[in-house]
Amino acid sequence: MENRKKTFVEDIERTLYDIRNEDRSAYKSQAGLTEAVVRDISARKHDPEWMLERRLESLKVYNSLRLPTWGPDLSELNIEEIVTYVQPDAKMAGRWEDVPEDIKSTFDRLGIPEAEKVSLAGVGAQYDSEVVYHSIQDSLIQQGVVYTDMETALREYEPIVKEHFMRLVPPKDHKFAALHGAVWSGGSFVYVPEGVHVDIPLQSYFRLNAAGAGQFEHTLIILEKNSSLHFIEGCSAPKYNVTNLHAGCVELFVGEGARLRYSTIENWSRNMMNLNTKRALVEKDGIIEWVSGSFGSHVSMLYPCSILHGEHARCEFTGVTFASKGQNLDTGASVIHAAPYTSANISTRTISKAGGKATYRSAVKVTPNAHHAKCSVNCESLMLDDISRSDTLPVMDIQGDEADIGHEATIGRISEEAVFYLMSRGISEEEARAMIVRGFVEPIAKELPLEYAVEMNNLINIELEGTMG
Amino acid sequence: MSKKLLEIRDLRAGVADRQDKGEILQGLDLEINAGEIHVILGPNGSGKSTLMNVIMGHPKYEVTGGSIGFEGEDLQVLKTFERARRGIFLSFQNPEEIPGITVENMLRASRQAVTGKPVKIMKFRKELKAAMEELQIEPEYAGRYMNVGFSGGEKKRNEILQLLLLNPKLALLDETDSGLDVDAVQIVSSGVRKFHNEENACLIITHNTRILEQLSVDRVHVLLNGRIVEEGGSELIEKIDREGFGFLKQD
Repeated sequence: MENRKKTFVEDIERTLYDIRNEDRSAYKSQAGLTEAVVRDISARKHDPEWMLERRLESLKVYNSLRLPTWGPDLSELNIEEIVTYVQPDAKMAGRWEDVPEDIKSTFDRLGIPEAEKVSLAGVGAQYDSEVVYHSIQDSLIQQGVVYTDMETALREYEPIVKEHFMRLVPPKDHKFAALHGAVWSGGSFVYVPEGVHVDIPLQSYFRLNAAGAGQFEHTLIILEKNSSLHFIEGCSAPKYNVTNLHAGCVELFVGEGARLRYSTIENWSRNMMNLNTKRALVEKDGIIEWVSGSFGSHVSMLYPCSILHGEHARCEFTGVTFASKGQNLDTGASVIHAAPYTSANISTRTISKAGGKATYRSAVKVTPNAHHAKCSVNCESLMLDDISRSDTLPVMDIQGDEADIGHEATIGRISEEAVFYLMSRGISEEEARAMIVRGFVEPIAKELPLEYAVEMNNLINIELEGTMG
Repeated sequence: MSKKLLEIRDLRAGVADRQDKGEILQGLDLEINAGEIHVILGPNGSGKSTLMNVIMGHPKYEVTGGSIGFEGEDLQVLKTFERARRGIFLSFQNPEEIPGITVENMLRASRQAVTGKPVKIMKFRKELKAAMEELQIEPEYAGRYMNVGFSGGEKKRNEILQLLLLNPKLALLDETDSGLDVDAVQIVSSGVRKFHNEENACLIITHNTRILEQLSVDRVHVLLNGRIVEEGGSELIEKIDREGFGFLKQD
């Protein structure tokens, strides 16, 4: 018979994302994390006094906490080598034309201005640690919507920032939250006034460029009563040899009856340690919708958390994780039902191939007062070969009465019968396998904005060769 | 004389992973010409489904001897999807469920694959709609995931839907009528009638002669222990219907 080969999936095409520019930063802080470094960052950012104090407080917490003892191995990380702050050689630019040429060419290749032209209201692209390009449509400004970088927000909306900054993710939460609190830089700030519906998505695009540079951007979004917003966060970084660290922080305040959709595709290069913390506080009748795609990075620990704080608050979480060679992606979601009649729906798909490891980890907690809480978890894993790994680790802590909690998990492989079925209809083996994988993530893909769905499809159009066996 | 489509000579095949190959087909000969309808009868375990799967190139089976030719070409060097593109179609006994791929998208991808030409979406959609009406499949099934949550009867009708839209030269129908109620058998049977013409051929496995009532069967083969032990016209169907396979086992 014909020569049989094992199914083998090589790395996906990443050249588009692995564009590297010459490092010509104006300023680099010293390696390692000391009080002097933190003071230096604070001074350069012209922080108000309270922010400096919080940074120093965070530094203390950081130094007192150990690395997490659960989850992926983080011993490769040597924080002493991480240059925590890199300021790119560009001033804030309001117009695309003003963005420096090499930075621009990278963005051009990532399609950012096109994306804006099509439908996006504003683009806040983070290049290293500073926002270099920012715009927002006039109509939004007239409605009182604020969309700006965190530094500007700190100057112009200081009381709001002071009230909310790291309230949901206190530095004591874990070591990387503390690190973030000490050295955070850049990020987005969005404020949507009561009753305002932002009907076009706001998008930010993060990138890390300099080798050895950590990125600690902070995203703070506040939705007042009965408002709505779709925020899209995309991440992509060029590839480097030195381990990179990303310890961003996202804090989302969803007011009464408000609705926030927060979509992300993280596509970090394969040397990134992605230790991101995201949390949402949802008031009465409010809705948080997470759409989360994790494709890149070397190690990821990412579990967006929804605190359902008011009655009938709701959380919808849709996630896809794709772990390939050399990747250990530990992702999932966490929900705290802290009020009666709150509900959550978690649906995830994880794929592992070429020795990659994908873990789904979730925590669902129902507090004693939160009677009639409802939560359903559905997670499915697909392993594309025999050397890859998938795990599912759901934790549930139910203290409220009349809770309705369901968990469904499946781990499987591509069905060879399904491949044969598609082939018997004329579809080549490679395409059959790709179709099955695309079908597997389809429930997630249909939640993504079109350009992201296309990007995800490109990511999944993996090279498959060999026949069944 | 009509065109020869399928020519099987002394075919021997077994399960690929088994040491002794557990030879299921033990020297089978079969010839099918364009315009013909052939029926294979035989008790359970006689090798009927194996034959279908071997013609389609299922990796579970290994051919250990003999030849399978299709329009003069050696099928054994071709992969399953290449066989499909040559014009062979298998209607599965237990069609697979494929989550995330809609009936319409799957059919369009298949059509494109077998014809090698781009499919015009609107024109195809019209065609699909008409074929679905014919088979009494609710229109919303076009947007449903392939066979997911379909009843047994719906899966079988979905197979015939694919048969009509892919229009192969040789249709292998593996118990397409099993598990169907009388009305559903009628629908499937009329679908096969609609498909069949002088240019193509059908090879039907069935345990139920009802599906054959409105088809003009040219040739009946009785399979026993991996060999064809009896051949004849449609009168053989009636005989087996009456007497079972017992008379064959006497030999």
